[in-house]
Amino acid sequence: MSLKTKVIDKDNVVVRFSGDSGDGMQLTGTLFSQTTAIYGNDISTFPDYPSEIRAPQGTISGVSGFQVHFGKKEVFTPGDYCDVLVAMNPAALKANSKWMKPGGTIIIDIDAFDEKNLLKAGYKTDDPISEDLLNDFHIVRAPITSLTKESLKDIGLDNKSILRSKNMLALGLVYWMFDRPLIHTQHYINKKFKKNKIIVEANLKVLEDGYNYGGNIQAITPSYLVLPASIPKGKYRNLGGNTAVAWGLIAASQKSGLELFLGSYPITPATEILQELSARKDLGVKVFQAEDEIAGICTALGASFAGDLAVTTTSGPGLALKGEAIGLAVMAELPIVIVNVQRGGPSTGLPTKTEQSDLMQALFGRNGESPAVVVAASTPTNCFDYAFYAAKIAVEHMTPVILLTDGFLANGTQPWLIPDLNNWPQIVVPVADSKTKDWHPYLRDAEKLARTWAIPGTPNLQHRLGGLEKSYSSGAISHDAANHQLMCETRKEKVQRVANYIPDLELMGDVNAELLVVGWGGTYGHLYTALDELATEGISIALAHFNYINPLPKNSYQLLKNYEKIVVCELNLGQFADYLRMQFPDVNTTRYNKVQGAPFTVEELKTHFKSLLAK
Amino acid sequence: MTDFKELTYVDFKSDQLVKWCPGCGDHAILNSVQKAMADLGYKKEDVAVISGIGCSSRFPYYMDTYGFHTIHGRGAAIASGVKVANPKLSVWHITGDGDALAIGGNHFIHAVRRNIDMNVILFNNQIYGLTKGQYSPTSKRGFVSKTSPFGTVESPFRPAELCMGARGHFFARCIDNDLKHQVVVMKDAAAHKGTSVVEVLQNCVIFNDKTHEAVTAKAFRADRTIYLEQGKPMVFGTDSNKGLRLNGLALEVVTIGENGITEKDLLVHDATCSNTALHLMLAEMEYPNFPVALGVIRAVEAPVYDQALAQQIVDVQEQAKIKSFNDLVMSGDVWDVE
Repeated sequence: MSLKTKVIDKDNVVVRFSGDSGDGMQLTGTLFSQTTAIYGNDISTFPDYPSEIRAPQGTISGVSGFQVHFGKKEVFTPGDYCDVLVAMNPAALKANSKWMKPGGTIIIDIDAFDEKNLLKAGYKTDDPISEDLLNDFHIVRAPITSLTKESLKDIGLDNKSILRSKNMLALGLVYWMFDRPLIHTQHYINKKFKKNKIIVEANLKVLEDGYNYGGNIQAITPSYLVLPASIPKGKYRNLGGNTAVAWGLIAASQKSGLELFLGSYPITPATEILQELSARKDLGVKVFQAEDEIAGICTALGASFAGDLAVTTTSGPGLALKGEAIGLAVMAELPIVIVNVQRGGPSTGLPTKTEQSDLMQALFGRNGESPAVVVAASTPTNCFDYAFYAAKIAVEHMTPVILLTDGFLANGTQPWLIPDLNNWPQIVVPVADSKTKDWHPYLRDAEKLARTWAIPGTPNLQHRLGGLEKSYSSGAISHDAANHQLMCETRKEKVQRVANYIPDLELMGDVNAELLVVGWGGTYGHLYTALDELATEGISIALAHFNYINPLPKNSYQLLKNYEKIVVCELNLGQFADYLRMQFPDVNTTRYNKVQGAPFTVEELKTHFKSLLAK
Repeated sequence: MTDFKELTYVDFKSDQLVKWCPGCGDHAILNSVQKAMADLGYKKEDVAVISGIGCSSRFPYYMDTYGFHTIHGRGAAIASGVKVANPKLSVWHITGDGDALAIGGNHFIHAVRRNIDMNVILFNNQIYGLTKGQYSPTSKRGFVSKTSPFGTVESPFRPAELCMGARGHFFARCIDNDLKHQVVVMKDAAAHKGTSVVEVLQNCVIFNDKTHEAVTAKAFRADRTIYLEQGKPMVFGTDSNKGLRLNGLALEVVTIGENGITEKDLLVHDATCSNTALHLMLAEMEYPNFPVALGVIRAVEAPVYDQALAQQIVDVQEQAKIKSFNDLVMSGDVWDVE
């Protein structure tokens, strides 16, 4: 007979690990995610941390969280509300208690709930549970700090080092609650600290003690049953959006036969791409950490001129600085991928928080008639796909391509079905042929209007590019009025013709529904989950989610014009809705906008869609 | 044997009409760079000439090589990318005092600091010419221009100080009206591995005519400049009887034959000395107290960025566990779903 008093059977569960920014919550969450993914759940994760490296200890501004959503069904978002919250101090409880699902479980490190910490977190009484109206939740008051101290009292570590292991105690306890094996985390500890045996020993012991503690106090701790998901067969790994971008670019480098060059400057939340590619010298990636954002793109553009697959990575403020050089890429018709991991703006804004407010900047933030291709990824793992296709379009159409991701995609992770590159398309480089009769640098492909790429070092193709307008028919400098108009129109048409090479837009949900929801980029998971959950409630909606922004898929208008009720949902004040209005003036849309540095919640989307349907 | 034909300077000229003003110093610099390339046996396809914005930056259009006329101040960054992407190319960055030292100051110092193997030819005419006559970061204090009608109230940069302050390893100076010497300096700059900065004292015939005249005019050039040569005593003057020596920590102009001074008392030029002290003192000499130093003032060997990066890739790849895209994606925790 099981001694467990309460086993909660769930299709999916959201767990949030939360503590001080020095408490190791990111690692704890990552390790839990890996174990549960390997166990076979579909998962989605999201870290949430302050922009300060070590904000004042014990305060709400210093709270660092890591949320993981996993299930036996497909999971599309990291979840809005938590089933289980681990709060390592009062500030973590205060910051997160409003995000609890009714009937959820809150594990608190009761040792950290002293007067000083309660005060720092802004509690007015010594009973935070009542104060935050949390009495209906399962509250597990675990003495995490003192258990850790007790567990390691004879191990020969100083007090500070001992306390550093308390996250492993919390992790062990959560493993017990979900009946997940310790083995993967044990492997990690052994590998990570292999040079320091005592640290390995300490962490392994605390992890196991946490697990056993769960068993010992099971009378007061609920446990959860979440069975593995049925997902396509194959080899999987966890992948976050930033790493996915880096790997997609490496894949594009292989499929094009071009060497990969990244010119970049560190900026939150894009820096990880620079770091990952810096580590990829093993695959021959050339990374140039530049003196500023401008030099980031300029070195990349130089590399493009020299014949490399050139990339620069940045976030909003950096994109603003790169504008002039993107204009040069437009004019010189050189391929370059500009990755913009969007964050809250304007100005420095909310560096660690997500937003979709750089759309207009990407589309129009340059002087002159300066068209560029704009593509947006919509899940952490499809950042790989869209980085690949951004590079493919850039090279094959000889144009700058701006790839938009965002802080939510960049930092989120999902299991990724590892691709076989043999099944991915070749990237065909339009290399100039010196035998071409009357070759000049602006000689164009009749279909794509792309010019050919003459790589320096090739005999007999010496030519000069530059920011000055060039003659359509010779490539030499031209100030001729009619020629300028022809070149402006040609550059625009070249970008428009990319629409002939991208997939049509496919609607999701019930295409006959009254309401069409429109989204783009990183909001996909929340929009789709809202659609999916409404369907289970018997409410039908349709979803049009855009990844290709400029140009739009060719069938966009055909699909949109069928709907009288359209709502464009985005994490800005209506930029994509404005853009659609420019493109299709007779398509009427309403807007649902949020700029709170956070993704939509499925709940608020559902409520809004229901209210629209009731009208 | 291939039927390789040796090129002459004419082969490096493009079919474009050169549109600088008649009498502009730029014409001479174009000729000397073309002559240097021919003398060095360059192939046209192996040369990339990168420029920013300004009169000087039209330079690439007049070269029958690969060329890229870019945006204001960013030429050094773009040239850096070209060289790192393809270290086999001979990269020449053409820039001016406004382009390199005002809007592009940051890229200039960082290119120099990294020691990327390229030749930076800095046309210094102490004026913004293409925008028709505003003072530049090298205009002398008090200089009257359209944007300083009452004289500037700021001190100029000395390109050499900036170069050496950024830990530059090669600095040379030449004048636009001494073509023969220019060609020598360009060839030295090209031969040096690393960022070679060549400041050319160049005349803007329209907006700042004769700005260097007091030093560069043929009539008094010999007395007001000194041509530094590696390993040679620092002698100058029409009669080659003047020289430089150290007096305490300062340079001093002396006359050979006066007060018992012989050539042995003079300093001997060593551009390869890693200490910048004497190089800076030489580069800072100004007329009328001193002759203006010309020639290769500093040429010190140091690690070169593009070579080091390429070597690091080779070294890492030899040791690496990850040898392919597949190795990469299979590294770390991978699990099977069956």
